[in-house]
Amino acid sequence: MAEKFDVIVVGAGMAGNAAAYTLAKGGLNVLQIERGETPGSKNVQGAILYADAIEKIIPDFRDEAPLERHLIEQRVWVLDDSSYIGTHYRSEAFNQEPYNRYTIIRAHFDQWFNKKAREAGALTICETTVSELLLDGKKVIGVRTDRKGGEIYADAVILADGVNSRLAVKAGFHAEIQPRDVALAVKEIHFLPQETIEARFNIGEEEGVVIEMAGKISAGMMGTGFLYTNKESITLGVGCMLSDFKQQKVTPYALLDRMKSHPSIAPLIAGSEMKEYAAHLIPEGGYNAIPQVWGDGWLIAGDAGQFVNGIHREGSNLAMTTGMLAAQTLVELKQAGKPFTAGNLAKYKRKLDDSFVMKDLKKYRRMPDIFHKNKQFFTTYPELLSKAAQTLIRVDGVDKKTKEKSIKQSFVAARSRLGLIGDAFRFWRAVE
Amino acid sequence: MHSVVCIKQVPDSAQIRVHPVTNTIMRQGVPAIINPYDLFALEEALRLKDRFGGTVTVVTMGPPMAEAALRKCLSYGADDAILVSDRSFAGSDTLVTSYALTATLRKIMESMPVDLIFTGKQTIDGDTAQVGPGIAKRLDYQLLTYVSKIVDVDLEHREIRVERRAEGGVQLLKTTLPCLITMLEGTNEMRFGDLDDLFRAARYELKVWDRTVIGIEDPETVGVKGSPTVVSKVFAPRPRSQRAEIIDLQDDSPKNLASTLLARMFTQHPKLEREIAKRAR
Amino acid sequence: MNEQARKPARKKVELDPRFVSYRHVWVFIESERGEVHPVSWELLGEGRKLADALNVDLCGVVIAGPGERGKGICAEAFGYGADKCYLLQDPVLADYRNEPYTKALTDLVNTYQPEILMLGASTLGRDLAGSVATTLKTGLVADCTELLIDTESRNLAATRPTFGGSLLCTILTQRHRPQMATVRPRVMAMPDADPSRRGEIVEVPFAMLETSIITKVLEYIPDDSRDKPNLPFADIIVAGGRGLKKPENFALVWDLARVLGAEVGGSRPVVQAGWIELDRQVGQSGKTVRPKLYIAAGISGAIQHRVGMDGADVIVAINSDPKAPIFDFAHYGIVGNAMTVLPALTEAFKAHLAQARKAG
Ligand SMILES: Cc1cc2nc3c(=O)[nH]c(=O)nc-3n(C[C@H](O)[C@H](O)[C@H](O)COP(=O)(O)OP(=O)(O)OC[C@H]3O[C@@H](n4cnc5c(N)ncnc54)[C@H](O)[C@@H]3O)c2cc1C
Ligand SMILES: Cc1cc2nc3c(=O)[nH]c(=O)nc-3n(C[C@H](O)[C@H](O)[C@H](O)COP(=O)(O)OP(=O)(O)OC[C@H]3O[C@@H](n4cnc5c(N)ncnc54)[C@H](O)[C@@H]3O)c2cc1C
Ligand SMILES: Nc1ncnc2c1ncn2[C@@H]1O[C@H](COP(=O)(O)O)[C@@H](O)[C@H]1O
Repeated sequence: MAEKFDVIVVGAGMAGNAAAYTLAKGGLNVLQIERGETPGSKNVQGAILYADAIEKIIPDFRDEAPLERHLIEQRVWVLDDSSYIGTHYRSEAFNQEPYNRYTIIRAHFDQWFNKKAREAGALTICETTVSELLLDGKKVIGVRTDRKGGEIYADAVILADGVNSRLAVKAGFHAEIQPRDVALAVKEIHFLPQETIEARFNIGEEEGVVIEMAGKISAGMMGTGFLYTNKESITLGVGCMLSDFKQQKVTPYALLDRMKSHPSIAPLIAGSEMKEYAAHLIPEGGYNAIPQVWGDGWLIAGDAGQFVNGIHREGSNLAMTTGMLAAQTLVELKQAGKPFTAGNLAKYKRKLDDSFVMKDLKKYRRMPDIFHKNKQFFTTYPELLSKAAQTLIRVDGVDKKTKEKSIKQSFVAARSRLGLIGDAFRFWRAVE
Repeated sequence: MHSVVCIKQVPDSAQIRVHPVTNTIMRQGVPAIINPYDLFALEEALRLKDRFGGTVTVVTMGPPMAEAALRKCLSYGADDAILVSDRSFAGSDTLVTSYALTATLRKIMESMPVDLIFTGKQTIDGDTAQVGPGIAKRLDYQLLTYVSKIVDVDLEHREIRVERRAEGGVQLLKTTLPCLITMLEGTNEMRFGDLDDLFRAARYELKVWDRTVIGIEDPETVGVKGSPTVVSKVFAPRPRSQRAEIIDLQDDSPKNLASTLLARMFTQHPKLEREIAKRAR
Repeated sequence: MNEQARKPARKKVELDPRFVSYRHVWVFIESERGEVHPVSWELLGEGRKLADALNVDLCGVVIAGPGERGKGICAEAFGYGADKCYLLQDPVLADYRNEPYTKALTDLVNTYQPEILMLGASTLGRDLAGSVATTLKTGLVADCTELLIDTESRNLAATRPTFGGSLLCTILTQRHRPQMATVRPRVMAMPDADPSRRGEIVEVPFAMLETSIITKVLEYIPDDSRDKPNLPFADIIVAGGRGLKKPENFALVWDLARVLGAEVGGSRPVVQAGWIELDRQVGQSGKTVRPKLYIAAGISGAIQHRVGMDGADVIVAINSDPKAPIFDFAHYGIVGNAMTVLPALTEAFKAHLAQARKAG
């Protein structure tokens, strides 16, 4: 086998498909290799799609992409063991086309996205795992796969192989990812008839709701929970830092089970049939954890490069954007007749810096650290908040002023005045 | 040696759910797979190709999305793939399916004679095991169902010997080529194709044949119209009116649970008690 | 059963004139080497009801080699409800082969024109039914679980599972005769035999030369029946599923089975994991069973398993998950750990049997 391509893209997730599509459109001869049975088969669950990133790649995606519901309501809940306090924001503005956010089922979306890449001229092979990069000195010249006759050559390789990318580590391009930089998320998809979902969330046929959850749902670990409405199913899950799971000896599944039986959540999924359970890592290290993402004949895009905004739960849009930028870099160099040397590929880094990707990640760069060091955000506060709400709402003859005072006292007692100010300051610094 | 393997793309029935109110199939998120029984047929055909050389053609009748199933077969090592697809085929029962597949096979034979036709034992959606026999009868081929082993093939004398799973035993059969074999499950294991196969599968220009290509002029002879069987009603299995009587004495020992169960069961089902008592003698 | 038959028809339906000559209900009596497959008797039981609803005869078709006890089989068939039997015996019919059997049965149908023809969904029955239906260009409904007659149109409403048992559908063959159906062993109840019943035997000659038949049976190797489990006909079955966690734990199932003189069965995952043989798999792609008692330990009760065993008279389920679907159709449920409940049950049954022995 002496096949040679301009570019090999490893992975057919969001980043890989964006890259393969852009490369093929740019006239490059591209091979995409995916280890799953089909593109997206390893990404079976529901997720949120942010329109802007895909729009830049496929402007009329709305006409044909498999989308579940567009989101018209965002709920943020802080939970303790038996209650939640939170905000619900619903706006008719979200019901104006073009919509901005959608729920999707990754298995469907990824297959569609990959089909677009193939139609553009990319060649995709599935059920094939890239086992290592072929090197000539420090230059990447191709990949080795687990199939018979498995060496394939290319002028450049884009690593879009997702969060636990082993390839770059194996090639010595960067160090192992640290447990404190990744979250472990577990997700389930629960099937319910469409009308039941619409009745329970008070939404119309194509409308959807997201609930973001924080608080005791993560058992004191750094993490959050979420719930999305799909057409005929509900995706829900919880994610916590891998390092915390290790320390606290809680199994992710037990955590998810607890979440499902929470009195505020159980009724939303009552009577449903659980279909899929999946665990997946999310890079949460943020800006400071991003490794070197380019070199001689190679580029890294998507989760593999730790491009995830943990605070805003954005990942796939960063993956698509970085995949697109990596591909554009190669297309431009090729058109200019320049080789894919490390020096030339540094252009990718400049593109990243100019995009929202790096700007956002930089803005939140202190966030992960703050949450790591200040567990009270996940333990003490939710309970205090909930108690405060109860105290205020319960009508029991106590005057409001006294109530407010007791609430204030409870916060101070739990965290000390200085602690509270410190927390606020840290939080402000992190997002400022 | 030219083998044709008939495969079908089916919804993974392990993941099918039924809408509790409307009783319709909820297909969302249910992946389409190659009927698992057909993979045994394909692998057997590939093994014959390994031994005798020749060609393996896969055929499916189905909607355009069945292309994925055919490509997968190519990636395992099949040489050619034909998708027979036409709107008028919708709702075909097994008699009509075997009619359309037979027409397809005749068309294939115009360009290359066929030595063996393979089908799976049955599908997991229709579950009828009727299409294979149907094709054999229409082509007037010898039919060998539930074949567990191809013992040998004598291409020169056009003879084949197989072991066939019969009720209560195994038949060793000898017949002549061409013939149709429905392959029993568990008889082999699907191979892992090499890179060349994958590239070929990805680049292969699929042949898509519609009704007229296979020479079926009259649309009334296929689909719902041409099918003798008509589905008059679809419904969910009736749940038993009562849930199980739960023997659940909180914190009770397994021993007490067991004796409570026996006591209740034998009071309500005295015949069962006699049946079990009989065993004591 | 037969509710539909008793209901008065709303609208008078004219019987298609092409169908007038098609009468009577037929059951193919499957035999190999003189041994009748019990599914044939189950079908006669069902066929009797259909024939009575249609007010016609129930006929058996017996195809056998010359040396075999063809008439004896007919006599048995009368005991199970047949009014008449067509008997074909010829050397070319000694071993089952598709070609001569298909010809024999299609010729017979073309000559005598039954309105309904039923076969067992055994390997033989499915091979033959598919071939005969295609040759006759008529409809065939596989694996029926319920058969009803609409007396006006004389249509057979055949109900069968689809999509792995998640749904049932009722299928009609309105514009063709005969209407054909296969039924899996143990789906219909075994009727009581009445040895005093008599019927008419119609011996039909069969002319086919061995030299004109292409496929030859070189050898028949019967299965070693001594150790072969016979789940479909077991009175008591103890079955285990993935909830038993480890192959070693399956010993607990065997222990209880031994005490009860029961057969051992299991769900598909444990068969695929190799804890027990394929012949012990109960369910859609395994065996259909009809025991008097079915004890399921660590089985969730997925639909594909359920369709194989919910004809059991009494179902006892042991499962640690109170929400397991098996509790929706079991008669008795124990919510608990199978690893502790099974030994306790074994002891309880042992004690009970010891008592029975003393008393009896
Ligand atoms: C629970 C959870 C919830 C999330 N929710 C959201 C959300 O709501 N919105 C959002 O924008 N983001 C969300 N994200 C993040 C988002 O899913 C990721 O950021 C995005 O999928 C990254 O895309 P990717 O292409 O880099 O990686 P992936 O989508 O993981 O794709 C990598 C692909 O490469 C393949 N692969 C890996 N190694 C090899 C190899 N050696 N050879 C061949 N193929 C290989 C894999 O099979 C996979 O298909 C969520 C993540 C999780 C885990
Ligand atoms: C085409 C097709 C055909 C199929 N045919 C069949 C078939 O013929 N037969 C068949 O069985 N399946 C069949 N299946 C598979 C079927 O869908 C289910 O996957 C299977 O029946 C599940 O087996 P299970 O109940 O043993 O395992 P699981 O579904 O894993 O259930 C295990 C159960 O054990 C319980 N449990 C766990 N621990 C304990 C404990 N300590 N004590 C007590 N209980 C415990 C759990 O709560 C759970 O309910 C088929 C599927 C398909 C797609
Ligand atoms: N639409 C189809 N296209 C190709 N082959 C089919 C089709 N339907 C059934 N078959 C073949 O016939 C076998 C029996 O199918 P069934 O009678 O549906 O159980 C399958 O295992 C396939 O090999």
